[in-house]
Amino acid sequence: MWLFALPALLINICIILVPAVLTFTAAFFMWDGVGTPVWAGLANFQNMVADPVFWSALTNNFIWTAIFLTVPVCLALVMAAALLMAPKARIVVQSIIFLPRIIAVAVTGRIFQGMIFSPATGIVAWLNEHGFSISDPLADPDRSLYAVAAVDIWHWWGFLAVVFLSAMRQISVEQIEAARLDGAGFLQLFRYVLIPGIRPTLTLMLILTVIWSFQVFEFIFIVTRGGPAYGSEVLATFAYRHAFFEGDVGQAAAAACVMSLFGLCATAVYLWLQITDDAQST
Amino acid sequence: MIGDRWSRTFSLGLIGVASFSSLLPIVLAVMNALKTTVEIGSNPLALPTQLHWENFSSAWRNAQLGPSLLHSAEVAALTILMVCITATPCAYVLARQKGKFWRFITFYFMATITVPVQLYLYPLYFIFAKLGLVNSIPAVALIYTAMFSPFAIFLLRTYALAIPVALEEAAQVDGARPWQTFWYVILPMMRPGLLTVAIIVGLNAWNEFVIAVTFLQNDSNVTAIVRFYNLTGQYSTDWGEMLAAAVTIVLPVVAIFVLLQRQFIDGMTSGAVKS
Repeated sequence: MWLFALPALLINICIILVPAVLTFTAAFFMWDGVGTPVWAGLANFQNMVADPVFWSALTNNFIWTAIFLTVPVCLALVMAAALLMAPKARIVVQSIIFLPRIIAVAVTGRIFQGMIFSPATGIVAWLNEHGFSISDPLADPDRSLYAVAAVDIWHWWGFLAVVFLSAMRQISVEQIEAARLDGAGFLQLFRYVLIPGIRPTLTLMLILTVIWSFQVFEFIFIVTRGGPAYGSEVLATFAYRHAFFEGDVGQAAAAACVMSLFGLCATAVYLWLQITDDAQST
Repeated sequence: MIGDRWSRTFSLGLIGVASFSSLLPIVLAVMNALKTTVEIGSNPLALPTQLHWENFSSAWRNAQLGPSLLHSAEVAALTILMVCITATPCAYVLARQKGKFWRFITFYFMATITVPVQLYLYPLYFIFAKLGLVNSIPAVALIYTAMFSPFAIFLLRTYALAIPVALEEAAQVDGARPWQTFWYVILPMMRPGLLTVAIIVGLNAWNEFVIAVTFLQNDSNVTAIVRFYNLTGQYSTDWGEMLAAAVTIVLPVVAIFVLLQRQFIDGMTSGAVKS
């Protein structure tokens, strides 16, 4: 019977576990990916700590985490509560706000570049012609990270709202009715019934947000490649650049280790929650 | 009815704004895909005066979308096949076996869900390069199988847990071997779960970017997403054609989404909603 688990396990170990262990090892070697690795001790980490780009990338990861723990979560919570109040619109609107999540990131990134942020063909251009003076946020090192975050929020928040809505729908109608009869308005209902009612789901999504925020790569790589002037660089783009454009796999591996370290605490909490939950359900 | 009049009005207003902002970039893309580049430049918000379908034919021709869409379909189909074949029996075992060892395996699969691609991407790439597996579509599908099967295992496991054990015991009493029980008793009952898995895994494989852009480098074997990414940039000039290509790549996904919304939404939110 245990043979049934073997193919899935074997593929997973070969593709994920073994290379992950090799990444930890590679962090202590000088290696360009092709030649023979040379032992380097802590040199990769020392170089990284001395590199100001590493620190700005790490800071950007923290900024990203802060943005995604607040903006999309608040939007999604309010939207889920609104959809709970409007059962007729629910099914159609749920599909509409979910739609951005299924569109490929590469496509979404390009659409925002061309149709929203572009000073020649986008909404930014249109606003400039109508009396607002806005420059291309993607060309500004101080604003590019926030512009990319806006694209990711567009892609993400509707999905989050659908998740919260499904959780809110599991709250008993009697409980909501009782609060209503006691004279609770929207805000009180939201604060004292809906939020506590979905706490397990909310906690899980916040933990996953922390994990994913330290891994963020696609949107930034596609839209700005970490630029301009490393303004939107994060650890993942920092690592990718070192591995494939600068031929310094050891440095990339060291950055990947740091990335994983920050996600690790959140991952530990995530696993603990999942395991206790799993023990109850089986 | 839930909510008083004020909160209902507020809700409807919010729903309107939210739907509008979710649809705006998509509508802009579709609208401008039918305009000339000059028209887009003069006013991106204007409706097309004339429908320029030739953007689609020139995108198809210049971007060689045909072959790359075929590669995307190949990768997606191979990944779906491999995930279903490997994850289903694994999910069944994890649902039935108890004890420390199996708890550990469950824990391991959970952990790999949160592992960043970056943690295994670099050694994997250089190993595959040594083995001559770069630019190979089946190799990319194999990586996807490893990436997406933990999700499939946990989704299918909930289906397996719902199957009464008595059913298998009855089969065993009748002399069925484990693989026969699995094939004739368990598999048919997991079918709805397999449909959801196929849809979500197919979507992920179709849309995936990091692995595809790293492991597929020849124009002769790239997926549609990589082809699109390579052809376009921040400073693209022919936006009409580019948007036509974007619409072509997204259209099959949206069509399936419209047909099978339940599976999409249930599959993608599975595991996220806790009770």
